[in-house]
Amino acid sequence: MTDEDEKNMTSEPTTTPAVVALNVGKVFPGKKGARVTALEEINLTVARGEFVALIGPSGCGKSTLMRLIADLDQPTSGELTVFGKTAKQARLDQEYGIAFQQAGLLPWRTVRQNIELPLELHNVGKSARTTRSSELLSLVGLTDFGDNFPDQLSGGMQQRVAIARSLAESPNLLLMDEPFGALDEMTREHMQGELAHICSETNAAVVFVTHSIPEAVFLSHRVVVLSPRPGRIRAIVNVGLGGSSERTDHLRESESFFSAVSEVREHLHGTTDAVPLGVDNR
Amino acid sequence: MTQTPTQQFDAVAATPVRSTVAPKTSRIVAWRRTILGVLGIVLVGVMWEAYKFLGPDKGFSIGEVIILPRTNDMSMPHIATMFERLTEPLTGASNSILMWQAVVEASEFSLYVAAVGWIIGVTVGLLLALVMQRFRTAQSAVLPWIILSQTVPLIAIAPLVRRWGAQIQFGDFVWENWMSVALIASYLAFFPVSIGALKGLNSPDTNHVELFRSFGVGWWKTLFKLRIPASIPYLMPALQLAAANAVIGTIVAEVSIGLKGGIGRMVIEFAGAAGGDPGKPWAPIFGAVAIGLIAAGAVAVLGLFVRRYRRGETNA
Amino acid sequence: MKAAFGATKGLVPPLLLGVVTLLLWQAAVAAFDIKPFVLPSPTAIGGQFFANIPTVWSNSVVTGFNSLVGLFIGTLLGILLAIVASLVRMIDELSSAVVAAAMVLPIVALAPVLYGMFSASQQTARQLVASLAVFVPVYVNTLKGLRQVRPVHRDLMRAHAATTGQTIRVVTLPTALPFIFTGVRIASSLAVIAAVIAEYFGGPIGGLGKSITTAAAGSNYPLAWAYVLGSILLGLVFYLAVLGLERWTLRARGT
Repeated sequence: MTDEDEKNMTSEPTTTPAVVALNVGKVFPGKKGARVTALEEINLTVARGEFVALIGPSGCGKSTLMRLIADLDQPTSGELTVFGKTAKQARLDQEYGIAFQQAGLLPWRTVRQNIELPLELHNVGKSARTTRSSELLSLVGLTDFGDNFPDQLSGGMQQRVAIARSLAESPNLLLMDEPFGALDEMTREHMQGELAHICSETNAAVVFVTHSIPEAVFLSHRVVVLSPRPGRIRAIVNVGLGGSSERTDHLRESESFFSAVSEVREHLHGTTDAVPLGVDNR
Repeated sequence: MTQTPTQQFDAVAATPVRSTVAPKTSRIVAWRRTILGVLGIVLVGVMWEAYKFLGPDKGFSIGEVIILPRTNDMSMPHIATMFERLTEPLTGASNSILMWQAVVEASEFSLYVAAVGWIIGVTVGLLLALVMQRFRTAQSAVLPWIILSQTVPLIAIAPLVRRWGAQIQFGDFVWENWMSVALIASYLAFFPVSIGALKGLNSPDTNHVELFRSFGVGWWKTLFKLRIPASIPYLMPALQLAAANAVIGTIVAEVSIGLKGGIGRMVIEFAGAAGGDPGKPWAPIFGAVAIGLIAAGAVAVLGLFVRRYRRGETNA
Repeated sequence: MKAAFGATKGLVPPLLLGVVTLLLWQAAVAAFDIKPFVLPSPTAIGGQFFANIPTVWSNSVVTGFNSLVGLFIGTLLGILLAIVASLVRMIDELSSAVVAAAMVLPIVALAPVLYGMFSASQQTARQLVASLAVFVPVYVNTLKGLRQVRPVHRDLMRAHAATTGQTIRVVTLPTALPFIFTGVRIASSLAVIAAVIAEYFGGPIGGLGKSITTAAAGSNYPLAWAYVLGSILLGLVFYLAVLGLERWTLRARGT
C-alpha cells in the first residue's frame, strides 16, 4: 500500500506544498471559562523538501503548531492542509513521520522491531519490513544494534532509532518536536549533522520545533520565529546556507552562520521589532 | 489522572526496575539471599522452640487477658511433632492412609477449586478493566465501587451462600457446593486484577499514545500493540495477588459453607480433634502453606513467559 | 493524589450506578420470587439492620476492638522491623523469605491453632490473626518507603555530619511517610477482614463473624445480611479513619 502511495505522490504536481496554514488559530478552553489563545493568525507555507524550524520561547505555541499539522490537536480557526489534504486525512494516509523529544521506544521491542512498528501496524509483509528496517538501521548507523533492546542504548542512540522509525514509511514530511532536546551538547551537534545528512538523502520536508537558535540556523532553510501568548509569527528568517548536503561542522564557524544566528536572536528578543514583548521573560 | 488509589495492589507492585548489576555479582547476591532466606525460616522455628523451652507453661496473662501463649505440648507442640504427625496414619484404623497423603489429597481439591475461582476472577477482572479503559463513563461509575469493595470485608457473605447448593437448579444444571466456593474465590480474585489491569492499560504515556495516533491506527490495534504489552508489568503482581486471594477465599468459603474434601474443612475438623493429638491441627496448615506457595509460584512461572514485556523502561 | 471526595460532580455516576443496582436487586427479588436464603431483598436487609441496631452495634464493638488491637500491634511491629531491616541488611535478607511467604499465605488458617495456644475463650487469637494480616503490608510498604531517600538528601546529611538517628528523623522517615500510610491504609481493611474471618474458624461467642454464622445456621438470612452490612460499615469506618489521618498528616506537612 505504501508503494502505491509513493507512486501517487510522485505523479502529483510537485507544486502542491507540504504544509499550508491559512489564518490558523488555536484556543484552549481554560479553567472556569477562561480561554488561552495558543496560536493566532498563523500563515505559513512549507514547500516540498524544505526544512523549516519553528523557534520561540517556552509557551509560544510552537509545539502546538506542529501538533496541529500532525492532527494530534485541531485548530479552532483557519485552514490547514497537508499535501493538499486535511490534516486528518494526511494522518490517516500516513503522509508524515513524527519524532518527539522523548524517543518513545517500546521497551519490550528490539531496536529493529521498534523501527518496523509503523510498517507492522499497516500490514506490510515481513520480508518487506526486514528489508526496510535494515536500510534504516544502516542509515542511522545502528546496523549492529538491531537485536538490542532500547534500555541497552544510550540516549542519542535511542533518538536515532526514533528518527529511523519516523522514516520507516518514507514520508514526504517529517515532524520533529525538539528531538534532540534531551541530549547533551556534543551528542546534539553530532545528531544535527546526521539529520542534515539524512534529510539530503530522503528529500523530505521537515517541520522542526526547537528552542536552540544555533540548531535552528544550522539545519533550516527558513527559521520561523514565534512570539509568546498568543503565538504569532514574528518573523521568518531566510537562512539560505545552501543545500542540506553542505551542512557540515565547518558551517558552524562560518561568517554567514553567525550573522543568521544574530538575526534570529534579534527577532527572538524583539529588539529590532515593533511587536510588543508581551510576557517573554527569558 | 491514572493516579487512582490502588489498595492492596500497591503492596506488591514495585515499579519494575531492571537490575543493572553485573551477572556474576548478581548470582552471588542471589545465592546469599536464598541461603539467608532459608535461614530466616529456620530462625522462626528456633524462636518457637526457644520460647517453648523458656516460656511459662500457662502462658502469660495480664489480669484475665492472655498475651503470651501457653507452652505445654498440647498448645505448642514441638516442631518435630508437627512433621512426625505427617508421616503417621490419619486415623487409628488399620487400613488408614498416612496423614501427608490425606493432606495432599485435600490440598489438590482446594487448589483445583481455587484455580477455577482464579480463572473466573481473572477473566471478569480483565474484561472490566478493558471496558473501563474504553469508556470513561464506565470507569467513573464502576471504579469507585471496585475500590470501595476492596476496603470492606465482603468475604463475610461466604456463610450466606451455604444453601445455594442443591437449592438452585436451571434445567439439568444443578448448582453444587464447590461452585459456591469457587464463586467466593473468584470474587476475591477479580479486584486486584481489574485495578492492576486498568492501571497497566492506562500506563502508556501520552508520548506513546500520540505516536500511535500519528500512525493513524484505531483503539483495537493500539490495545494489542501498545496497551496490553505495557500492562504486563502491572498485571503480573495483580495476578499473583489474585492467586493468593483465590486461595484465601477458597479456604474461608470451605469453612463457612461446610464443603467437605478440601483443606479449609480439614483445618476446622482437625482443630476440633486436637485433644491428645497436638500435631494434627498443624498438618492441614502445612497444606494451606503449600497451596499458597504453589499458586503464587505458578503465576511466577507464567511471568517467565512474558519476560520481554517486563524490561524496565529507561529513558526511552 | 486525586481529590476523589472533593468533586461532587464525580460522585454522580457511581451513586447513580449504586441506586440503579439496588432498585434492580429489589425488583429482581420480587419478580423472580428469589428466596431469602439465596438473596434477600435490600429492604428486608435494611429492615433487619434497623430493627437490630443494638445487637449489630455490640457485635461490631467486639470485632472492631479486635481489629483495632490488631491494627495497632501489626503497624507498630511492621514499622519497627522495617526500620531495623533498612539499617541492617542481614535482617532484611533473613526476613525476606518469611515475608514473601506470608504475603501469599492464608493467615486465617492459623486461627484454630492460635485458639489452642491462647485459649479458645478469649479474643487474643483473633487479635493476633489481625496483627499478622496487618504486619505484612505495613512492613513491605515501610521498607519500600525507607529506600526512597534521594541520594542528594543522603549526601546532604553526610556533608552535615549528621548521626544515623538524625538522618532517620530528618530525612528518611519523612520521605517514607506516604508509603507507610499506604501500607496502613491497606492494613486497615485487612484488620477488619481478618478479625471477621477469624471468627468463622472458632473462638468465643460475640463478634460480627460469629453472628453471621449463627444467624445463617438459624435460617434467618436477612438478619445474617444485616450483620454483613454491619461488617461492611465497620470496614469502611476503619478505612476512612486511616484515610482521613493520612490526608490530614500529609497536608499539615504540606505535601
